[in-house]
Amino acid sequence: MYSLKAEHLRKRFTLGARERYGAMRDVITRSVQTALSPSQWGRQTPADVVWALDDVSFEIAEGAVVGIIGRNGSGKSTLLKILSRITEPTSGRAEVRGRVGSLLEVGTGFHPELTGRENVFVNGAILGMRRRDIVARFDDIVAFAEVERFIDTPVKHYSSGMQMRLAFAVAAHLQPNILLVDEVLAVGDAEFQRRCLGKMEDVSRQGRTVVLVSHQLGQIRRLCQQVIWLDRGRVRYIGETGSAIGEYESAILRGDDTTAAGQCFIRWEIPGSGQSLKHSDRATTIRAHIRLHEALVRGHYGVAIYDDQEMVVAGWAFEPVSLEAGSHTLDMNLPSLPLRPGAYRLSFALFNGGSNLTGGRLIEKWMGVPPLTIDAPPVGHPQDEWAGILNVPGTLAVSGGVGTETGHPARPFAGQTR
Amino acid sequence: MSDRSPATTAQLDLRVHVIEPAARWSSLHLSELVEYRELLFFLIWREVKVRYKQTALGVAWAVMQPFFTMVVFTIFFGRLAKAPSDGVPYPVFAYCALLPWQLFASALTESSNSVVANQRLITKVYFPRLIIPLAAVCVGLADFVVAFVILIGMMLYYGIVPTLAVLTLPLWTALAVATALAAGLWLSALNVRYRDVRYTLPFFTQLWLICTPVAYAVSWFPEQWRPLFALNPMFGVVEGFRWALLGRGEGPGLTVAISSAVVGLLLVGGLFYFRRTERTFADIV
Repeated sequence: MYSLKAEHLRKRFTLGARERYGAMRDVITRSVQTALSPSQWGRQTPADVVWALDDVSFEIAEGAVVGIIGRNGSGKSTLLKILSRITEPTSGRAEVRGRVGSLLEVGTGFHPELTGRENVFVNGAILGMRRRDIVARFDDIVAFAEVERFIDTPVKHYSSGMQMRLAFAVAAHLQPNILLVDEVLAVGDAEFQRRCLGKMEDVSRQGRTVVLVSHQLGQIRRLCQQVIWLDRGRVRYIGETGSAIGEYESAILRGDDTTAAGQCFIRWEIPGSGQSLKHSDRATTIRAHIRLHEALVRGHYGVAIYDDQEMVVAGWAFEPVSLEAGSHTLDMNLPSLPLRPGAYRLSFALFNGGSNLTGGRLIEKWMGVPPLTIDAPPVGHPQDEWAGILNVPGTLAVSGGVGTETGHPARPFAGQTR
Repeated sequence: MSDRSPATTAQLDLRVHVIEPAARWSSLHLSELVEYRELLFFLIWREVKVRYKQTALGVAWAVMQPFFTMVVFTIFFGRLAKAPSDGVPYPVFAYCALLPWQLFASALTESSNSVVANQRLITKVYFPRLIIPLAAVCVGLADFVVAFVILIGMMLYYGIVPTLAVLTLPLWTALAVATALAAGLWLSALNVRYRDVRYTLPFFTQLWLICTPVAYAVSWFPEQWRPLFALNPMFGVVEGFRWALLGRGEGPGLTVAISSAVVGLLLVGGLFYFRRTERTFADIV
């Protein structure tokens, strides 16, 4: 039985609808003129109309976990907003069976002056929980967020990580039939992210339908059985996760997939060795080829390396970065990249007008495809479980007493053996 | 029903909800408000809590505003302009009208700005949007209750004992809140589209105050102007308050009937207008 069904959904946006400010005198005159002639209400110039969704149809079975992928501006968030009834489709229809819980943002309605306890209740109510449900799950929520000691402290005194944890904990204890999640699993530290993912897996095991929007293909791979790929407001591919992501990734490499409509496009390489690295102790350049469709003014360029567990093992931020629209080559130089051999992913993010913390606007977050392969000789512990993440040579010098048992000089060695 | 565990309730509730573009003028779906009453409660509670968090300042502010306006009115209207106060000591006369006025003015301001102020909520979560101006209007009641204490003090000081008419006070309060909500619905929806509503609002409120017999008694004006005054719902409220508390002025009658009718029309119109525009809030705000 279906749980969610969309039939020919379309959504039109009028660009510039936000810019309604102006000199007060002009605005009053215009308001009066407009208000007096109902035919002008909501008037639009056909030229600046954009179809955020264009004839989208699909059916999601009860209990399925479905990922929605696609570039920024491909209509993913708009689709979730329509399904959660925040905004209306321009035409077409959708049916949802059961209670819908939407988690489009973590911590909606949190107030810094209120205590953690108070915020849990307000936020829970906002997300659609009944008071008695919140009371019943209160202890679980607080335990999941690990803020027991501070639950009666105003959240303005919380660290941002604590606030995020508490907010996510509330949302994670929603028990709707259908859960719509937009890119919110990207919060908190690695450990907390891991637990969030685990929680999402629990939710899906309970037979609830989950629709998840994410840029992190690793998360989609881990959680979803099916994927809907949106491209410029249209469904480009629906199918089993592995093949959908494969299609998606190869389309990106071909430079296909909304390159024209998207704001930017990134391709990366390590000059001279493509996408692999044969050494870990020498200087390395990570070169990104960027095609920008808008100028970057005092922007932020972020690079991160993820391991195969989707954990960030290293990250860098550069700002302010100003670039004209067009093609650029950004070389990030590293004295060394001492990572254990294996497959990694690079992620690049571009913000315009500041960073994510200073009010910049995300232009594009890019999970670099294909993966970065590190193929350097391992210099750490020979056993995998002790080798860790870093590939750093160590030497042993013994003073006094007796020398090393084997007697040969400083063999590559990391950590203490038993 | 109530002893079922939350999970079971959720699982049983497998109603199909159809999402499609609504007709231009749709029904008000007021039953949905009942479903979301807890959210309404929590939003009011949040605002009141935040406002009174720094208790001293919160309470002081609620009292200071009407009190100092009363002092200024007493000096300028009562002493200098010798505005008539129907035989009641002018300070009580003015304060008694300032109370509902302040309730109305703050409820109107809060509700008019409410939708824009809550844009994060509106763009991230679904709930009946009406809850937002509704909550904003109710928040003003907390200040009203606090400021009311001063009035009791003043009445004791001047030895004014209210008649049984005081029992009608909730009605007048409700009329003030309804007036604020009616105007607030229109203005909050307009404010989303035309952000300058916010700037014209203080001016608009000021004019409204001058046209309402708060600082003066309506007997300042010729009798035949009365029906004209009655078109202003706040006139009915102010007269009602003075009648209920001070035993002065006119009791429920034609004036109140006209005022209520005006509020009723404005309110129903506002509800429909709000419903009609709310679907675009998330796109525009």
